[in-house]
Amino acid sequence: MSKYAPRKAQLAREFLEKPTPLKGAQADREWWEMPVDFHDGNWCFPGKPDTLKAIGFPNPRKWAATDEDWQLPDGWEKIIHDGLKERLKKFRSLKLYLDSCVRCGACADKCHFFLGSGDPKNMPVIRAELLRSVYRNDFPMVKKILKGFSGSRKLTKEVIKEWHSYFYQCTECRRCSVFCPLGIDTAEITMVARELLNLIGVNNNWILAPVANCNRTGNHLGIEPHTFVQNIMSLVDDIEELTGITVNPTFNRKGAEILFITPSGDVFGDPGVYTMMGYLLLFHHIGLDYTISTYASEGGNFGLFTTNDMMKKLNAKMYHEAERLKVKWILGGECGHMWRVVHQYMSTMNGPADFLEEPVSPITGTKFTNATSTKMVHIAEFTADLIKHGKLKLDPSRNDHLRTTFHDSCNVSRGMGMLEEPRFVLNSVCNSFNEMPENTIREKTFCCGSGSGINAEEFMEMRMRGGFPRANAVRTVKKQHQVNALITICAIDRATLPPLMRYWNPGVAVYGLHELVGNALVMEGETPRTEDLRENPMAIAEEREDGDA
Amino acid sequence: MKKVFMPLIMVVLLALIPYVAVTYLNMAYLFGVIIPYAAAFIFIAGFIWRIFDWLRRPVPFPIVTTCGQEKSLDWIKQNHLESPSTRFGAAMRVLTEVLFFRSLFRNTKAELHTGPELVYASSKWLWMGGLAFHWSLLIIGLRHARFFFIEPPAFINAIEHADSFLELTLPAFFMTDAIVLVALTFLVARRIRDAKLRIISLQTDFFPLFLIGGIVLAGMGMRYLERVDILSIKALMMGLVSFSFEAPSEIGALFFVHLFLVSMLAIYFPFSKLMHMGAIFLSPTRNLPNNSREKLHRNPWNKPGKFRTYAEYEDEFREKMKKAGLPVEKD
Repeated sequence: MSKYAPRKAQLAREFLEKPTPLKGAQADREWWEMPVDFHDGNWCFPGKPDTLKAIGFPNPRKWAATDEDWQLPDGWEKIIHDGLKERLKKFRSLKLYLDSCVRCGACADKCHFFLGSGDPKNMPVIRAELLRSVYRNDFPMVKKILKGFSGSRKLTKEVIKEWHSYFYQCTECRRCSVFCPLGIDTAEITMVARELLNLIGVNNNWILAPVANCNRTGNHLGIEPHTFVQNIMSLVDDIEELTGITVNPTFNRKGAEILFITPSGDVFGDPGVYTMMGYLLLFHHIGLDYTISTYASEGGNFGLFTTNDMMKKLNAKMYHEAERLKVKWILGGECGHMWRVVHQYMSTMNGPADFLEEPVSPITGTKFTNATSTKMVHIAEFTADLIKHGKLKLDPSRNDHLRTTFHDSCNVSRGMGMLEEPRFVLNSVCNSFNEMPENTIREKTFCCGSGSGINAEEFMEMRMRGGFPRANAVRTVKKQHQVNALITICAIDRATLPPLMRYWNPGVAVYGLHELVGNALVMEGETPRTEDLRENPMAIAEEREDGDA
Repeated sequence: MKKVFMPLIMVVLLALIPYVAVTYLNMAYLFGVIIPYAAAFIFIAGFIWRIFDWLRRPVPFPIVTTCGQEKSLDWIKQNHLESPSTRFGAAMRVLTEVLFFRSLFRNTKAELHTGPELVYASSKWLWMGGLAFHWSLLIIGLRHARFFFIEPPAFINAIEHADSFLELTLPAFFMTDAIVLVALTFLVARRIRDAKLRIISLQTDFFPLFLIGGIVLAGMGMRYLERVDILSIKALMMGLVSFSFEAPSEIGALFFVHLFLVSMLAIYFPFSKLMHMGAIFLSPTRNLPNNSREKLHRNPWNKPGKFRTYAEYEDEFREKMKKAGLPVEKD
């Protein structure tokens, strides 16, 4: 395991022994009296000077969160104050949510970071108070008279350190906003706080490096076009070896009907690549006229975790490329925050996409009426429709070696409302699907603990804490139903859940939904399948061998 | 426990001011006419300003928190309330939130057991307490309409009748009086007893609870203990709503305590978290339909931005692209 995380037994013991508000302790202190602590495993490396220069971000320098002096630029207080003022004018949500919280506490024990750390400042209400206390001190009218009464405080360097710590212990998963009677969305507060911190060069390399890469090469990993193609072609070879089928993806092809965009993690990362193989098999199976772009080769958008402008800038490539290639509409792969951006931001920021057509499935003729404006369809919607119309030849028993459960990714469930489509697909391609406990799925799903750009190795302790509620729910179905496969529709999940499972639930592997689709698809002219896309033996194969013996 | 006692002391002091001033200093006019007018003016103007101040800021993005199935393929059942795709649906969502506190109904309590294992239990106490508190305040408020009309509207009489149907005391005991006191006690107690709540609570969280408690107690005192002259009160209140500046007749100091605390609440209201009364209607995670891929949502400050175009990209990678057999625009 990572040197940045304590041993599991040690963390488990701490959970039970350390007095926290979750267990009714620590109530005698005010939160603003509790010091900020940086140690190995609870802070992300800051953006490298070159990275900042590449994207024109301020205050490039070498520093670390554990430094006493963070080398903030001259006049940093004014930069923050003015920045906040400007954003209060631009976002009703920010002003409203800073003004109206009644601190009822409904959100307090809903945050995965609070549940995994017991740290009172990880209660969403206090996370917002970190900013609210400064806002109150500077803005509203009754400030001076009622100081202390309303919990306001001055902006100091200590406050900046605190913001940096706790606004990167929020994954913008919005679980708290489900439970809030006023619908207060901590993600809105966190996003603005991160924007403000970026203004004075307080940042996170695990976010800014992908942003810079994505800007230049089109994807987070900085893969140049030829390598991107090579990598997908190597997956094509793997598919041929396993199934005897040669799939033929095309790249940057003008006049294709559909542009397919998925997170680059599916092209390069394990286990994302198996999901990619699933897509390729599916598209071949139905004879889809599609192309993949090397320029818009990233579905994800780390701009969402940086600034609004950066999100818009990176997202603009999708429509730009769709227009250039003269496709009819865009099909999007499995990803969480990508879909938050596509569903709730894209057409507003970079639309309207009048050069595209309203999406219609070329196979079933189904009109995707819920995407008539943005003109981008989620692959789970697309596949669910195919299956419902009987267009796929599926053998779910090919996934019998997997006992599955499904992890709703935060953005897709709470920022889009896609709950049934992936379940329908999953139930059609496997025979053993087991839901995790009710309070941990669908709109109440728990974050993987590493979303929103904090999936850094050096942040491992916090990631294992933040992921604990999710892991705990998986453990329940692992015990009850011997679940060994955690299915997701999110590329970040596919990167973050494997270490989380190795830590808390060894023996549970992480799969993309379309990897299972790829396993179950009965392709025309295929060689008999005995192994799944990971080259693990299928249960049918074992039965067959048992029968022979 | 400074943050509990300070607001409590403040409310006690606030209650003493009119009592002393009216009983010993003969200042009934100030407390019966001038301060109520000023308070009403500040409340109305402040409330309107705050709402306007929120409304003038744009909602750049449709940031709905979806708590149910989206509108999708025909055969998938949409959750029209938790993931509405129409304005009407979104209005219903807000309305059920306002009337029934639907999101609080979801509330759970997380507990860490040995294992370590997280267990979530349904926790409806806050929902019940909050609902009881707000609904009784509404009913009590409506009941007070009889002080403002010669002949109160029929539904006000009906509410009053229903509220007092137990007829335990003379004058008939209002159930809402008891409910609101129990709810207030619960709301204060949970802020003190629950460690999480104690940490998050500020003085501004206790102050309105104590203030409302003071108002309720003064009001109940007038009705059940130290009777005051109802006819004089009615004459004063009807005078106030018809913009008369006539001095109040002899009423009883407790009434002035009640009225002054109400005035303080009205003045405090627009500048405090009590504005959640208006905010709940404006919350963009709840009051927008989840149809952002279906209908274009406009952002007034959205400007065309600079981004790295395909042409710039091809310029950098053209040779590599050609070698990889990728089509290019320029040779």
